[in-house]
Amino acid sequence: MTTTLLVVACQPGASVQDLGRTGLRRFGVSTAGAMDQGALMRANLLVGNDPGAAGIELALAEARFRVSGGSLSLAVAGPGAQLVLGDRPQDPDASAIALDGDTVRVVPGRSNNYAYLAVSGGITTPVVLGSRSLHLRSGIGGLQLEPGDTLPCGFAEVRPQRRLPPEPSGHRTRFRIVLGPQADSFGPETLAAFLAAGWHVQPRFDRMGLRLAGPPVPATGGHDIVSDGVVPGSIQIPGDGHPLILLRDCQTTGGYPKIATVISADLDALVQCQPGTVIRFAVVDAEEACIAARHRAAQLRSRQTIALSGLTVVDTGLLMSSNLIGGVTDGSDCAGGGKPG
Amino acid sequence: MTVRPPRPEPPVIRHLGDTALSVDFGNRIDDVILRRVLALDAELARLAPPGVVETVPTYRSLLVVLDPLTADIAALRAVLADLAVAELPEQGRSRVWELPVVYGEECGEDLENVARHCGMSAEAVVSMHCEPEYTVAMIGFLPGFCYLSGLDAKLAVPRRPTPRPRIPPSSVSIGGAQTAIGSVAGPSGWHLIGRTPVRPFDPDRNPAFLFGPGDRIRLVPVPGSDWAELDARAEAGALVARLLVG
Repeated sequence: MTTTLLVVACQPGASVQDLGRTGLRRFGVSTAGAMDQGALMRANLLVGNDPGAAGIELALAEARFRVSGGSLSLAVAGPGAQLVLGDRPQDPDASAIALDGDTVRVVPGRSNNYAYLAVSGGITTPVVLGSRSLHLRSGIGGLQLEPGDTLPCGFAEVRPQRRLPPEPSGHRTRFRIVLGPQADSFGPETLAAFLAAGWHVQPRFDRMGLRLAGPPVPATGGHDIVSDGVVPGSIQIPGDGHPLILLRDCQTTGGYPKIATVISADLDALVQCQPGTVIRFAVVDAEEACIAARHRAAQLRSRQTIALSGLTVVDTGLLMSSNLIGGVTDGSDCAGGGKPG
Repeated sequence: MTVRPPRPEPPVIRHLGDTALSVDFGNRIDDVILRRVLALDAELARLAPPGVVETVPTYRSLLVVLDPLTADIAALRAVLADLAVAELPEQGRSRVWELPVVYGEECGEDLENVARHCGMSAEAVVSMHCEPEYTVAMIGFLPGFCYLSGLDAKLAVPRRPTPRPRIPPSSVSIGGAQTAIGSVAGPSGWHLIGRTPVRPFDPDRNPAFLFGPGDRIRLVPVPGSDWAELDARAEAGALVARLLVG
């Protein structure tokens, strides 16, 4: 029998996400995928999954689930996120074991936007065009989660508890950008003002984009250009002069000049900034941006090593009671133990 | 003395952070530019340089998506700069599709307005719209939404001041100097002149996407009385479009 998670309560904005779709942008298919990819990967590592396994993304509001049909390991991630089993708050930096019938409550951090829940085996809703991620606007990957939904968990099993050092707390407010592709559509004073300003994150914020308020950013040649390609992180300047940073659900092409691009290593932190936050930009070149991406990937690999070496089976009694102790081995074969998507 | 077409400006390689480069051939809609974009796209597919994840052709540029963990961005930039000015072979034989379109009435509620704006009859708009063999210039906005190149300039109509929040799937529309075949339902500020029963995108079909950038499209007007039957066949999985060359 398949172990499932029943959605007991949730708010709009809850969806299944993995690391998104690749290879279909030429057909107009957005990448989608977890807004804070590092957080999803962290939650997956804690439960012994492949880092890219599908999990549940929550936006701002908490959600409750019930485990049904078996026991599984689960973990949360995202700055400040909390995990509560029944009425017992869990260590947010460790995986926990939920038994058949247990209620699971996930509470996103109060000063952040996105939190993730990963389960051992990953969420195994159908793969659509290479990914389980929901892209809401096109309906690819299904629907947002609603109470009553049942989510299958693939090859769910209880795994040895893992723990990771807490993520550094505190908010980043300075984000690295590479100028272009259309920085040449803006005069030198405009560009200087753009770089000097503090930008207020606006309330109109969703998986497609984040709006900023600050000084106007007029484009010398006007704000309509013949459409070209965009990426998550592109900073578009539409006709009203207010920057719009495109995020994971953004279209593949756009017809506004793009003054700069937030580098991939900084996107996860950016999406956690709540409306009202004042952010600033710092210019790097594309090579530096690649080095930052590699540095971040290396950090994640080192976390994976910590997760594997720092195994602590805390509650053997619980493992026994869930009748799975025989299946628990050393961590080495748990590395990619989740059923890959 | 022969009149030569204007010399294309030198392409510009632009950065989109660490995840993409864009080879930009110029800020305009132009068949010469589109052919260069598509030729570069085909050549990159053939060469498959390391670090390139996927490409996105558009009217004016080719987006080259990179994996920042493996790409040597400076080397790729150099490769793209060379290819952008190289004499590349034109894209080989394109596929040619023929699509039935029901124009006007429920399928194209803006046809009369477009006709009025262009100072011609609705029949004349339809026959002018069906005349060219279009090229799929780019697919974007929504999955499978095909922007076509080749619209007669006489049919250009400024976009609607207020976009509609939702238009039917597979709508045939005009926006400015562009025309498009829609895929899934979605918002649009373009003028709806018709609808094809063909599904350019069906996630449950293999292939999910019927058309690719560079494909040729011919539109054939069919009477509104055919809609129900054609749509039912398409719903049951029939292509309804004819592949003439491919």
